[in-house]
Amino acid sequence: MKSYILATAVSILLALAVLRPVLAVDGEPYIHDPSTIIQCDGKYYVYGTGGGGLISDDGWTWHPGAVRPGGGVAPDVIHIGDRYYMSYARGGGGMSGGHASGVHVMWSKTLDPQSPDFGFKDDTIVASSDGVEDCDAIDPAFLLDPTDGRLWLSYGTYFGFIRLVELDPKTGKRVAANQPVNIAIDMEASALMYRDGWYYLLGTHGTCCDGANSTYNIRVARSRKVTGPYLDNMGIDAIRGGGKLVVGASGRFVGPGHFGLLDLGDGVQKFSCHYEADLDRSGRSVLDIRPLLWKDGWPVGGDNFPEGTYEIQSERSGFALELAVDFVRMAGRGMGGFGPPAGPGPGGFRPPAGPGPGGFRPPAGPVTPVPAQELSQVSANWPAGNIDIRIGDYMFRPHQKWTITPVANVGGYPGSPYFKIAIAGTDRALAATADGEVVAVPAYTGAPEQLWRIDQLTDGTYRIMPKSMPNSQEPVALTAVGASTPTLAKFDPKSDKARWNFRKP
Amino acid sequence: MNMLRKVVMLAMGVLAVWAFQVFPAAPGSAAPAAAPDDVPRSLAPYFTPATSSPKAPDADGFLQRWLLLDPIKKPNRTNAVFTDTYVRDALNTEYFPNQFSVIPHDGDKVTVAGEELAWHALDSATFNVKVFRFAYGLNKPTYGVVFWAVTVVNSPREIPNARMAVGSNAASMWWLNGKEAVDLFTDRRMVMDDCVSKRLTLNKGRNVIRGAVINGPGLSDFCLRFIDENGDPIKDLTVNLADAGK
Repeated sequence: MKSYILATAVSILLALAVLRPVLAVDGEPYIHDPSTIIQCDGKYYVYGTGGGGLISDDGWTWHPGAVRPGGGVAPDVIHIGDRYYMSYARGGGGMSGGHASGVHVMWSKTLDPQSPDFGFKDDTIVASSDGVEDCDAIDPAFLLDPTDGRLWLSYGTYFGFIRLVELDPKTGKRVAANQPVNIAIDMEASALMYRDGWYYLLGTHGTCCDGANSTYNIRVARSRKVTGPYLDNMGIDAIRGGGKLVVGASGRFVGPGHFGLLDLGDGVQKFSCHYEADLDRSGRSVLDIRPLLWKDGWPVGGDNFPEGTYEIQSERSGFALELAVDFVRMAGRGMGGFGPPAGPGPGGFRPPAGPGPGGFRPPAGPVTPVPAQELSQVSANWPAGNIDIRIGDYMFRPHQKWTITPVANVGGYPGSPYFKIAIAGTDRALAATADGEVVAVPAYTGAPEQLWRIDQLTDGTYRIMPKSMPNSQEPVALTAVGASTPTLAKFDPKSDKARWNFRKP
Repeated sequence: MNMLRKVVMLAMGVLAVWAFQVFPAAPGSAAPAAAPDDVPRSLAPYFTPATSSPKAPDADGFLQRWLLLDPIKKPNRTNAVFTDTYVRDALNTEYFPNQFSVIPHDGDKVTVAGEELAWHALDSATFNVKVFRFAYGLNKPTYGVVFWAVTVVNSPREIPNARMAVGSNAASMWWLNGKEAVDLFTDRRMVMDDCVSKRLTLNKGRNVIRGAVINGPGLSDFCLRFIDENGDPIKDLTVNLADAGK
């Protein structure tokens, strides 16, 4: 009995080791109402309600340590010139029963609390609500308009309107005589972004602050003008409650809210949010960073990469990444005409003339499944050492199926850990070589060249990059330099060469 | 023109278009089996004799001047056998002396399995070298064969991080200056830039390219160019077979 219990426990532990849940970011990512994530001197910062925030070296593992004076709620931060402007709100939010609030803006030359240049200055109220009017001046969010350099700030919550005011990007103060514009209702945690001639107003609908029962979800409407009107996909104005869903609850994460754009360049966009409750972390509110996709001009919340076994398909050719080994024919040659002839005869390209296996005709006997080709049927003849990698017709064969698993304690990148990519059922791992090519090494060692960064691009395809090549820190991506040939090269966001799809095998 | 005549002419026009599509007259798609045996064959319009003046690659960098050997018989009634191992064995087999080192001249002959085969210095009219048409035009076997090809490229400069980019129907292997550069295994379609070598260096001056294409049934051709580290074609090369063997 004891041995049975021990065996069961070992089995469960092994299963847990393999079937890890998809985590929101690692470390101590506990935060509520996160600001936009911002980089300063090589580190990532995010600020939340109550003062302070989180710092990360790589965007994957987060720890407390960011410093923000002023207290209050739901800050936002933006970098303009040599200043980091911080906005936050004090009062309002219905907390303590009131909606009288002030939106503050202050600035610092750095966000690094250890730097002698750190220190927020010129704390100024740029917008407010008197507690009676249909507005609650909290949850500020910046937009620096890339088309003309004007600086805007949205704010507000469910108590009335979401409003927009203009700030001076040189000072962070309100532009003189600027009047607030009402752009939405029934929303909070607003955010603005611009893309391809459209201004997007994102905001959170649903119920906040109720843990696992919060219905928070992020929605969007868009406008050709920053001042609106912002319409959703059904043409409903945000000022009438419109909003297309960007992301809602899923998996073990409840109540995503407080959208923040994290544009990493080269066609990689991500967004930050908090979950009202991460059910794998005691139902606490945590930070996450997820891919941001675009479909028909609308932002769509992507999912963190789920481990599993996949075909890795080239967007360039549609072929699949595979070991360069002999193709082994499998059972199930139905027609008989396309395989090597068994003996003399006309052979070639015609179905058999008489009765026979003939795949173009119904089976003569019972219908039976054709077993899939198994790894053990083909791997014995694979070379023992490194095996070249190529791209070939996908035939769901063992040399084309890759198991992708996150690797713990080796760092990561915004929103994700590094991954091991190995032929399913083996330890033959994809690895970068010193000369900028890719091979499958016979055994995974965890070396940096065997760790892979997988970023989903805005079109839904993926960029795959080694953590590093041996003796090089040059960032390179897996690239189909030929229709059937992969290599490592500088990522070209305009080309399909370095775009890949992960498909269930 | 009355209405009836218009309708008749329109119908004839439609029929003509249909007939053209069903029974194409274009040389690239004519069915060889339909040609009567007594019709003289030629390499035209696919090939012309190579001239003595240097030839640059085409606008996309494809090399169009090659020394092609009459096809070597290698019976295969299907291309399904072209695994890596099979093709590597078949194309590393020495069919004639100095096969992996000789730079032949137009008209040179070799003997393979008792049969005399000739080298032909030719310019391809198209970016892809249609070796099926080469064999067909010379009344040689077109199916179940190996085609050997050699050319000599002159580069005005040393070009590091170049790549040899090849497409072939069916499988093929390619060597640059005696080193294996690109392999195309399995039954392949001819797709430009299908398989690409690892980064290599084109020497300043002469570079010898040698290749072999194996095919069972069906059309057979190849295309080859060099691309630079940005993936752009390298075009400041010349091919001059007149002094290739010197």
